[in-house]
Amino acid sequence: MQASDRFNINSQLEHLQAKYVGTGHADLNRFEWAVNIQRDSYASYVGHYPMLAFFALAENESIGRERYNFMQVPFGTAFPNEEFFV
Amino acid sequence: MYLYSLTLQQATGIVCAANGNFTGTKTQEIVVARGKVLDLLRPDDNGKIQTILSVEVFGAIRSLAQFRLTGASKDYIVVGSDSGRIVILEYNKLKNCFDKIHQETFGKSGCRRIVPGQYIAVDPKGRAVMIAACEKQKLVYVLNRDSSARLTISSPLEAHKSHTIVYSIAGVDCGFDNPVFAAIELDYIEADQDSTGVSANEAQKHLTFYELDLGLNHVSRKWSEPIDNGANMLVTVPGGADGPSGILVCAENFVIYKNQGHPDVRAVIPRRADLPAERGVLIVSAATHRHKSMFFFLLQTEYGDVFKCTLEHDNDRVTELKIKYFDTIPVTVSMCVLKTGFLFAASEFGNHGLYQFRAIGDDADVESSSATLMETEEGFQPVFFQPRGFKNLMRIDQVESLMPIMDMKVTNLFEEETPQIFTLCGRGPRSSLRILRPGLAVSEMAVSQLPGIPNAVWTVKKNINDEFDAYIVVSFTSATLVLSIGETVEEVNDSGFLDTTPSLSVSLLGDDSLMQVHPNGIRHIREDGRINEWKTPGKRTIVKVGSNRAQVVIALSGGELIYFEMDITGQLMEVEKHEMSGDVACLDIAPVPEGRQRSRFLAVGSYDNTIRILSLDPDDCMQILSVQSVSSPPESLLLLEVQASVGGEDGADHPASVFLNAGLQNGVLFRTVVDMVTGQLSDTRSRFLGLRAPKLFSALVRGRRAMLCLSSRPWLGYIHQGHFLLTPLSYETLEYAASFSSDQCSEGVVSVAGDALRVFTIERLGETFNETVIPLRYTPRKFVLHPKRKLLIVIESDQGAFSADEREAARKECLEAAGGEENGNGNMEQMENGGDDDPLSDEQYGYPKGESEKWASCIRIFEPRTTSTTCLLELQENEAAFSVCTVNFHDKEYGTLLAVGTAKALKFWPKRSFAAGYIHIYRFIEDGKSLQLLHKTEVDGIPLALCQFQGRLLAGIGPVLRLYDLGKRKLLRKCENKLFPNTIISIHTYRDRIYVGDIQESFHYCKYRRDENQLYVFADDSVPRWLTASYHIDFDTMAGADKFGNVYFMRLPQDISDEVEEDPTGGKIKWEQGKLNGAPNKVEEIVQFHVGDVVTCMQKTSLIPGGGECLIYGTVMGCIGALLAFTSREDVDFFSHLEMHMRQEHPPLCGRDHIAYRSAYFPVKDVIDGDLCEQFPTLPPDLQKKIADELDRTPGEILKKLEDIRNKII
Repeated sequence: MQASDRFNINSQLEHLQAKYVGTGHADLNRFEWAVNIQRDSYASYVGHYPMLAFFALAENESIGRERYNFMQVPFGTAFPNEEFFV
Repeated sequence: MYLYSLTLQQATGIVCAANGNFTGTKTQEIVVARGKVLDLLRPDDNGKIQTILSVEVFGAIRSLAQFRLTGASKDYIVVGSDSGRIVILEYNKLKNCFDKIHQETFGKSGCRRIVPGQYIAVDPKGRAVMIAACEKQKLVYVLNRDSSARLTISSPLEAHKSHTIVYSIAGVDCGFDNPVFAAIELDYIEADQDSTGVSANEAQKHLTFYELDLGLNHVSRKWSEPIDNGANMLVTVPGGADGPSGILVCAENFVIYKNQGHPDVRAVIPRRADLPAERGVLIVSAATHRHKSMFFFLLQTEYGDVFKCTLEHDNDRVTELKIKYFDTIPVTVSMCVLKTGFLFAASEFGNHGLYQFRAIGDDADVESSSATLMETEEGFQPVFFQPRGFKNLMRIDQVESLMPIMDMKVTNLFEEETPQIFTLCGRGPRSSLRILRPGLAVSEMAVSQLPGIPNAVWTVKKNINDEFDAYIVVSFTSATLVLSIGETVEEVNDSGFLDTTPSLSVSLLGDDSLMQVHPNGIRHIREDGRINEWKTPGKRTIVKVGSNRAQVVIALSGGELIYFEMDITGQLMEVEKHEMSGDVACLDIAPVPEGRQRSRFLAVGSYDNTIRILSLDPDDCMQILSVQSVSSPPESLLLLEVQASVGGEDGADHPASVFLNAGLQNGVLFRTVVDMVTGQLSDTRSRFLGLRAPKLFSALVRGRRAMLCLSSRPWLGYIHQGHFLLTPLSYETLEYAASFSSDQCSEGVVSVAGDALRVFTIERLGETFNETVIPLRYTPRKFVLHPKRKLLIVIESDQGAFSADEREAARKECLEAAGGEENGNGNMEQMENGGDDDPLSDEQYGYPKGESEKWASCIRIFEPRTTSTTCLLELQENEAAFSVCTVNFHDKEYGTLLAVGTAKALKFWPKRSFAAGYIHIYRFIEDGKSLQLLHKTEVDGIPLALCQFQGRLLAGIGPVLRLYDLGKRKLLRKCENKLFPNTIISIHTYRDRIYVGDIQESFHYCKYRRDENQLYVFADDSVPRWLTASYHIDFDTMAGADKFGNVYFMRLPQDISDEVEEDPTGGKIKWEQGKLNGAPNKVEEIVQFHVGDVVTCMQKTSLIPGGGECLIYGTVMGCIGALLAFTSREDVDFFSHLEMHMRQEHPPLCGRDHIAYRSAYFPVKDVIDGDLCEQFPTLPPDLQKKIADELDRTPGEILKKLEDIRNKII
């Protein structure tokens, strides 16, 4: 990489995207966008204990199970179908 | 509109807990995070959990860990929160507070995907701490000591790995080698790049070891190996000299021992025999017990079963992993094994427990072992067990928890002085209806009848050094009764007290002599039995007495005061006389201050509505120092020392101020500060206590003087964590009281009321509410009040549970299989109360799990007066009740009817589906005590909201709002509007307006036109809000709360409201163009506040007679809070400035910025945080002074303001 490239807006953006997971870019497709939203949401559910408890109540599961399920979701069966978004 | 937000009862649920020696002594303490509150708990000698300190941190605490530096005797606390900072706290015993030792910023605030705070792990030797996020980021901080033995923290070392999800982290015990941390990780990069979904299914979890090289100051990935894909938790295995080191990986159905260069040792977790085959078993909490050379783990599954897990090892080689069934306790979030032989179990819902170990599971029991693990074609062979009663544990205390509050109503059903709060709490078999009353709980020790109607009671010691009281003296209208306290309490005649006359006062004088004051004189009983009598001159009688250990002042009829003092020989000598202008109403002398000869002030209340302070100093004896006029004649006086600020675990290191308390005849308690030097009175406060003139008595609370005020109900004024609290006691009206101390009860109160003598103690100090608990069967959803008959109608439903009949059948079968010795009389009572004799109480073991589309549900009519359930209707065929309302149809044929909305076979995953929805209409029979089904109407969605409207029934069925009328065989559709965005969850009505709450889209204001028979939406909100609770405030205003923990008020602008009302044909709103994909008009947000907890219910009400109306809310974490509207602009200015200064001078403990926290989702608007303002008394005095100066007030005035506004709410 040349020295001038470092100040190039694109490389700065790339750097930001690498640093801050979930930062969008111009070519983001609908699916990637939705996946990011979903991962952000589940991380927030896991982080906010009262919300986790609220879900656990609704589903009548233990909070520990609910947390585990939420961590599994982005890769499990409940993962949204790609055709659904594109 | 400006609101003052105040938490009335702190959250009672627990997020995480850690135990250690935080005070530095041998005692074991537990630090627990309750969402936004950090508490320090300690089990006392009697096995009761005591709260030592409770701090609101204004941030979400997500993880806690404790660590100890090598060779130290005191533990530190590391807190992971949503502040983007790591905070290390130390408990300061002297000041009773947490000191922030370090606070290091590493990222943005908020619970984000890649900002650490979710997990914390410490090196077992306390040399390093790792803090991790759900994804990517992990930071390691090195902990050390500087030359003066203070804790130091390094700059962070990164152990990031992008595209990686972290499930759990733990420190690996490797003695004094380089610290190692283990993490369960899942790399999703391939899954993301492959759109076919094949790699997503093949994604593999890894166990990764990170080594911190202390020499190079660098973290490296040391080792990574694939593990079971169900892995969810790690537990550190003791290492070094104590064990084999390594890590226990808890996975779905398995526990696996792993270490670098060691083969896996795997054992299955035993399953309950009745568990459906498709359900796994997940470990949700773990605790380690280490004792000299032995160690074991307690692992709890999501069903509540606790297993003891042991490792057979030969030096570093683990040969066998055994998992043995231990006991079953309600599911916990954290378990703490204390060194004193206790297990603290922080339940995820419902009461927390403290258990004592009776055994450590050495007896034979169901056990699975790595040695006997069988692998077949279908996978590993499971091991089954049947839960049984306690064998190893014994519950000795429980800490009440309201978590979760599902619904709440404030009403005065019992016609008491203040309304009661009815809350629905808990989940499944542990759910309950709790009736909360403001006040402290009282436990009655003894009640005994006396031969007449007593008018006063005292207790007295024989010697100042005695621990316990010797006599209880009761005065009647013409006699005195002396009871001696020993093994039993019995009447005695040899005490020296005169028993043929009523008494005015009985007390200990000097070190060991007793004094009895009666209308005709003073009787001084010396220790050796000699009796000195002082007689009143002429025909005058003594009317009032005030005394302490060295001084006595009597008031004679006519208004003469005579002052006696004890001389060196122990004689009572008359010192001075003083003529008052009229009769004396009451007297008091403060106790002799430590190291002084006498107390300086005498307070005298007269019938001319004045209170005077007189000097008792020899040089200006009986001089009037100050006069205070009051609104009504004083009835009783008490001088009480109050520490204005905290300090020490039990005492204050700040100067205390003396308060003069006066109970006035109009029922007001009047408090004013007495200047210790000049005797001047300043800073007056008054509070209405009840209809009777309060009588004041001193009592002992936690070894300090407190005040009992007896009005139409008793009150206790005491100091709790630096605050002076005046709280009602939940007890009967009392006549006279005295503190009481004996063998059986060290800090009690003896009192007289009617013709009975009552001894009681006061429990759970510091709590705002005392509760009465009534168990329920399933998770309560909602309840309504029968308007006329004062009955509560509760609907309860549980997913994945079997109905009562099915459970009963299974239970019989199970008991028969177990030997059939017990008779299977599991009737309703037992099922709900879980009696001790019940071998398998559901409360402890939980209901057996069913498939997810199975539901059990019931409708209950509860009579609060008799606390009995008069009717319990179990719904059949997999139906579950979700909404309930009472409705009067306009034809009035049946009077009040009950409508219940149900769903059949509802399922949430993978997609919400249900077989059918119904609205049941019930009729009340037998005076409302029972229900009779009138008919059942099938509807095309789930009716989640029902409401009566103009003699008809409004139902929210999915996105449809529909109006029904009562037909003969079913409900008849009259009118509907299908234009709501998602699902209607609440309906409120007022005149012809309907306020509809949508699950995702906040409120919609609708209008019903009777002539056209049409419903239309004329206004809605511009912000999507995931509504969880709502309340109708006034014609244009609604209050709501969303899932993310915000409370807000919405108001329709006045001009739009007028326009809507003035539109005669309704054509205008009907044909108006919608805006922003919604209604033509938008409501405005007028109040916005982040509570930090999911609010599930709210109500506008007043908790005290004559108090301000406030919005009371209840949350999932079991917190009850209030929002009070300010009535004057001055108060708004004062409190917003105080809040501003508090934000600057006293930033929250865990590093979250206060204003950012309260604005977490939307900027806070027009709400002042009372919880922050109430931390003012905990500031050091110079800081208090500084803030007070900025506000042009004194600290005392600020405290008074805070007290005043609190008194308006509760």
